[in-house]
Amino acid sequence: MALTKTHYEFKPYNVARWLIWSLFTLLLVVLPLVFTSNLSVTMLTQMGVAMIACLSYNMLLGQGGMLSFGHAVYTGLGSYIAMHALNAASNGSVNIPVTLIPLVGGVGGMFFAILFGYVTTRKSGTTFAMITMGMGELVFAMSLMFSEFFGGEAGVSGNRVIGQAFWGITYGPPVQVYYLTAAYTLVCVALMYAFTRTPLGRILNAVRDNPERVEFIGYNTQHVRYLSFIIAGFFAGIAGGLAAVNFEIVTAEVVGAGRSGAYLLFTFLGGATFFFGPLIGAVLMVLAFVLLSEFTKAWLLYLGLVFLFMVMFAPGGIASLIMMNLRLAAFGRLRQMWVAYVGLAVTALMALAGAAAMIEMVYHLQLNAALGPELKFAGVGLNAESLNSWFGSAFVMLTGLGLFELARRQYVHDWDETQVFIEKEIKRREAL
Amino acid sequence: MIALELKDVRKNFGKTEIIRGVNLAVQSGERVGIIGPNGAGKSTLFNLISGRLDPSSGEIWLGEHRIDGKKPFEINRLGLSRSFQITNIFPKLSVFENLRCAVLWKLGYKYTFFKFLADLEDANDAAEKLMEEIRLDKKRDVLAMNLTYAEQRALEIGITIAGGAEVILLDEPTAGMSKSETKRFIQLIREVTEGKTLLTVEHDMGVVFGLADKIAVVVYGEVIAFDTPEAVRANAKVQEAYLGSTVAESQAHG
Repeated sequence: MALTKTHYEFKPYNVARWLIWSLFTLLLVVLPLVFTSNLSVTMLTQMGVAMIACLSYNMLLGQGGMLSFGHAVYTGLGSYIAMHALNAASNGSVNIPVTLIPLVGGVGGMFFAILFGYVTTRKSGTTFAMITMGMGELVFAMSLMFSEFFGGEAGVSGNRVIGQAFWGITYGPPVQVYYLTAAYTLVCVALMYAFTRTPLGRILNAVRDNPERVEFIGYNTQHVRYLSFIIAGFFAGIAGGLAAVNFEIVTAEVVGAGRSGAYLLFTFLGGATFFFGPLIGAVLMVLAFVLLSEFTKAWLLYLGLVFLFMVMFAPGGIASLIMMNLRLAAFGRLRQMWVAYVGLAVTALMALAGAAAMIEMVYHLQLNAALGPELKFAGVGLNAESLNSWFGSAFVMLTGLGLFELARRQYVHDWDETQVFIEKEIKRREAL
Repeated sequence: MIALELKDVRKNFGKTEIIRGVNLAVQSGERVGIIGPNGAGKSTLFNLISGRLDPSSGEIWLGEHRIDGKKPFEINRLGLSRSFQITNIFPKLSVFENLRCAVLWKLGYKYTFFKFLADLEDANDAAEKLMEEIRLDKKRDVLAMNLTYAEQRALEIGITIAGGAEVILLDEPTAGMSKSETKRFIQLIREVTEGKTLLTVEHDMGVVFGLADKIAVVVYGEVIAFDTPEAVRANAKVQEAYLGSTVAESQAHG
């Protein structure tokens, strides 16, 4: 019916969608021109890879309700397959251009998802989580046993600069690898977004919400999970392949539980309930792994704390926080909230500063005791053995916490007020 | 023509016999009300027919297909659909998406991921039409979990009939509704199941006698009577077992 059709095409947010996609493409193109140092280009490349990996993970977690503890198996094995393909290409036994190596990784990831997914996706919920975890341990254990394929402790390395340069592209300079990654990222993100708008993608949501009912509308839930798992495995493998091309080395840790845990953690932090959440998570993942780990030895501790607070107070992740405030903005109430936000931010930073000072002192005592008790923290000299430093830090933290609680109450009050206003406004508009 | 037939169906949970040899033949196009006291096995019977549970023995036939032991989705594909006593919808999908999911299989889209939902005009039209039929067209984009109870019950029915099944089982469709809601809802069920074979479990006698051509009385895992409402009302065995109580009497007239 033509009527329904027009109804769809003129939905207002389609304009916004075009805008967002153009902006995303523009960002991918422009970012390495702004951040030109080698470190930042490598980080940008890693972010692109992480975006594909986290989105493919969220296909399971956010869209299918499948809590996987072993997603690194598919990115990691994709990396290995891609690396072996790269080596085979460089010694001339097969003829694959480097540009297509990530795709080989994708096929590899898909192959293993077909193989292992048949077992894991037979069950859902807790059982699924357990089996994926077992699968992850299994593959990691195998990586130490089969050193022909996994390369043992040293891993498998290769060289991405092979064959003839094509239009001057050798993939020697990191920025060329970046643009390869960016192209893959754009296409993969678009494809994964498209997936959410297909029949299988929607039924996957239905399986997440209520698997039992899905069985009574004619769908085999196992089949839905299995197919989605295979598709997720394909994209995970592409991410793995890109990582292999970027690092030129693959070690056993890429299939390990730590990597799987990182996908879970950052997908969740970014926000599993919205499509774009994992993109934010991926950026945070690279920032944390590359930058935060440089700043402080206690970075995993901070990460754990952030995760903890996120699960407790904002289970929808950063994406849901953004969307909630966009809703405020849409009703013109965001301006009333900014004072409360500043209050929250300042007091939270204060509490954090106090807590972090103490954490750093503990780490200093444990790890750098030989260097003496003095340390620098955020430009302030501290003495890990003096009562003054401890007392001062504790005082800052407790004051921060106290003020934070006050700010929080004010915030909750303001927030509730705006929500009541919005509810009323919605009712009013419905009545019109 | 017989649409649904149960032949000596039995179900044990451990040593306990819940269904003790049920025989029932429902003609195509008939509306059957299933009544019986609490714990008589009405819901279990539905679970056996729809494939949620496997019978311990006996046969269940849907038209010319034998369906006992088959999976729920296989039975659904053969043309039997059911609703649930406790609302069983997709809470985080909108009303429209709930209904669209329910029509996809019937329209042959299966597990495809090479087509956009927005382009499936037949599915979208079917979902829109259903939405109007169950009077939820004003709630098109509301998440199912944000609907009122009565609206969720209507959506439950919508999902059940969406696949175009010929045989429809409704498990206490009006459970938890007020009297006036129930009345409207029964009218709605009548409309949307026009021409289908309908089996309804009901507690409210008034509802059953208003909706059904025939009534099956289940007591203690057996069908003790299966006949027209008048005949069932006159049946001595039924009166003794169930309808004799003053509560039922007042409901039947109310």
